[in-house]
Amino acid sequence: MSGNMNLTLKIWTQKNAKSKGQFETIKIGGISPDMSFLEMLDTVNEQQMKEGKEGFAFDHDCREGICGMCSLVINGLPHGPDNLITTCQLHMRKFKDGDTIVIEPWRASAFPVIRDCVVDRYSFDRIIQAGGFISVNTGSAPDASAIAVPKDQSERAFDAAACVGCGACVAACKNSSAMLFVAAKVSHLNYLPQGKVEAKRRVLAMVDQMDKEGFGNCSNLYECEAACPKGITVDFIAKMNREYLGATAIYAEKVYGEEM
Amino acid sequence: MILDSAIPSGPIGEKWTRHKFELKLVNPANKRKFSVIVVGTGLAGASAAASLGELGYNVMAFCTQDSARRAHSIAAQGGINAAKNYTNDGDSVYRLFYDTVKGGDFRAREANVHRLAECSNLIIDQCVAQGVPFGRDYGGLLDNRSFGGAQVSRTFYARGQTGQQLLIGAYQAMMRQVAKGSVKMFPRREMLDLVVVDGKARGIVVRNLVTGELESHVADAVCLCTGGYGNVFYLSTNAKGSNVTAAWRAHKKGALFANPCYTQIHPTCIPVTGDHQSKLTLMSESLRNDGRVWVPKKIGDTRSPDQIPEEERFYYLEEKYPSFGNLVPRDVASRNAKTICDKGMGVGQSKLAVYLDFSDAIKRLGASAVSAKYGNLFQMYEKITDENPYKTPMRIFPAVHYTMGGLWVDYNLMSTIPGCFVLGEANFSDHGANRLGASALMQGLADGYFVLPYTIGGYFAGTKLDKVTASAPEFEAAKKENEAHIHKLLNVKGKRTVASIHSELGHIMWENVGMGRNQAGLEKALAEIPALREEFWKNVNVLGGEGSFNQNLEHAGRLADFLEFGELMALDALHRKESCGGHFREESQTEEGEAKRDDENFCYVGAWDYKGVGVKPELTKEPLTFDNVHLVTRSYK
Repeated sequence: MSGNMNLTLKIWTQKNAKSKGQFETIKIGGISPDMSFLEMLDTVNEQQMKEGKEGFAFDHDCREGICGMCSLVINGLPHGPDNLITTCQLHMRKFKDGDTIVIEPWRASAFPVIRDCVVDRYSFDRIIQAGGFISVNTGSAPDASAIAVPKDQSERAFDAAACVGCGACVAACKNSSAMLFVAAKVSHLNYLPQGKVEAKRRVLAMVDQMDKEGFGNCSNLYECEAACPKGITVDFIAKMNREYLGATAIYAEKVYGEEM
Repeated sequence: MILDSAIPSGPIGEKWTRHKFELKLVNPANKRKFSVIVVGTGLAGASAAASLGELGYNVMAFCTQDSARRAHSIAAQGGINAAKNYTNDGDSVYRLFYDTVKGGDFRAREANVHRLAECSNLIIDQCVAQGVPFGRDYGGLLDNRSFGGAQVSRTFYARGQTGQQLLIGAYQAMMRQVAKGSVKMFPRREMLDLVVVDGKARGIVVRNLVTGELESHVADAVCLCTGGYGNVFYLSTNAKGSNVTAAWRAHKKGALFANPCYTQIHPTCIPVTGDHQSKLTLMSESLRNDGRVWVPKKIGDTRSPDQIPEEERFYYLEEKYPSFGNLVPRDVASRNAKTICDKGMGVGQSKLAVYLDFSDAIKRLGASAVSAKYGNLFQMYEKITDENPYKTPMRIFPAVHYTMGGLWVDYNLMSTIPGCFVLGEANFSDHGANRLGASALMQGLADGYFVLPYTIGGYFAGTKLDKVTASAPEFEAAKKENEAHIHKLLNVKGKRTVASIHSELGHIMWENVGMGRNQAGLEKALAEIPALREEFWKNVNVLGGEGSFNQNLEHAGRLADFLEFGELMALDALHRKESCGGHFREESQTEEGEAKRDDENFCYVGAWDYKGVGVKPELTKEPLTFDNVHLVTRSYK
């Protein structure tokens, strides 16, 4: 079943982090509304390659909305014009024949461009390394049912843990803030009894690393929440701020010494 | 060649305990003197890297994605089995062992499976301690469900994203070790070669996917945790980047490949919409707990499903298998869907689909209870198909999902190359010819958290390892060889795109080496695959340069390996003249059309030794004995 949509694409192209990028305009026909957005881009690349051109680079992997690899700003919106999905779950039925679609990478200094629409998000990994874990070595765990976790608390933790680490929140924010990501990660662990032991150290270390990576601050515009494919809400940011405040007052000196 | 599986002696329940005691130990202060390469950061790789780092080994971890957290284990939805018996319904380690051996259709090793069942409970403990938010009931304790044909409720789950939550747990544990310096992380690297020095695995050659540079990394052992090879079918539920390259290159260096024909076709996937299709999306088979599978009784009935009255619906699984009904194992459910569609009874535009209907469950439990269980799956389905499964039945069709075959390993998870360990889906060991639902996550984590950390110590303590550096001739040669391979790919400069050839390979595999296989089809595949491989090397057009980020080149390299591997898969399927598990050989079926196993002739692991491209590999058999679970015919009637 081939389709009949004709589209004009303006795709960001950039050789590497150091070179200057620009938009390239491409016309494409025969697009089916049942295609995913990435399948539309596959079709574009197939056409490009048949013409002897290299095709556009974009990140993708699972193509079912869970790995968090895909990362396109489409017509100004991270993951495009639909709610609660990643780019790979966006379908062409959301567009009309004759549309012009602008496609860009996540833009943030903490996510340098690797090529075209592919960026480097290792800064997120470094934030996790700073404290986004529970310190339990393999083999030292007590029986799984030893600690009862109230269902509402467990569900709240899960709401935060649903984050796929895609970075749409950063791309959506005018300050390139990573507050929603970090808040989700902090909240997931801090809501659980298992995570409480290190709760204060965790929030301090992760926020500290977030700042070091060059992510901006929060202006309370909630663009991150609107862009999040997993429905992570900004009240987790409030929780993180509360935890951070409490931790700064009590623990900062112990953990970090005088400078904080 | 004689394959020594190194299975410890003694009664089945004592083998692992005894083996752990008998394994030589590496003194805690000496562990830092050993370095280990872990390739792949899914459940097996991340759990292994974290655990080895905690023990004090120097670990280097590699993944092709930009972050270790994105490995394809993340996509597993349904759950993870453990023999906790929290539900008081008669589960035990022995029963989980028994069910897994039987579910694998008696083509797995008893000793490995028992160890897996023993580790299952420890995994749940470990994951909960890490903060994995498993489903709980109102008393705050862990909830379980029955899954994939099990008659006890032993499956732990985390909404519809158990894989992601377990992987986040393992990934976070690994990141903790990265911060401590015991694990060094190498993202966006693809393993191209295993380097063997003096007969032992001593390192790898990887391509830095950002710069294009080839890098040599030296270690005292190499662990391949690189997942399965389902993408040989082009369309599968695997991530686009999943591939056989690491395993295949190790195979070419001497690691035997076992049971490559064992493929699992998952029954509940979203049907294909057209030629543009780039991958298939699976929906957890937990859906079959409450969904009922049916097609219209009348062939060519084009009425919308709500217009078809109850008596004109054919609930074929419930009718044919009254005791298991919609919960028959995956291979049985998939094959029946295919048979129904082959008869022309399929639904939807392509007629390659059957209904999975939730209307009864919604009536019985209410829409909100159904939503609590399956909400995210329903949402995913609606996003893809534009149909609301609360109102109209889902359409489902089988898709390639998991590969039980893999590199041959002994009881210590070591391949036939000393020092090269293989974990998770990449090895062949625990699922036999058919994997039960919620067993893959269990195996990946058992291997990484609880098996390898012991057995690798035994290897180090008992092996003399000379000092090796990246300038050793073996590393230089491997680098040169891979450089030449890349040049060759870029210099074909033909007319066809990589994807078009991959799609063609997938078509050959699906038609002839898919759900039902016969001699004629397999022989056809064995003629077509080498021809397509020749076409690839004559007529592919790989664009872009070698010294930069180049996804087309990555894809071409992986396809080149699939074009060699596919032939081995077809050959293995041809030689195995029996039906077993996910391998349904049409010549070997009962009068009722059920799979007919041939224990007299095929009760063995078939392990293949590489002899060159297009040269017939040599088969070595590891006989399988069943001392505890007696060989019986699987029956789900």
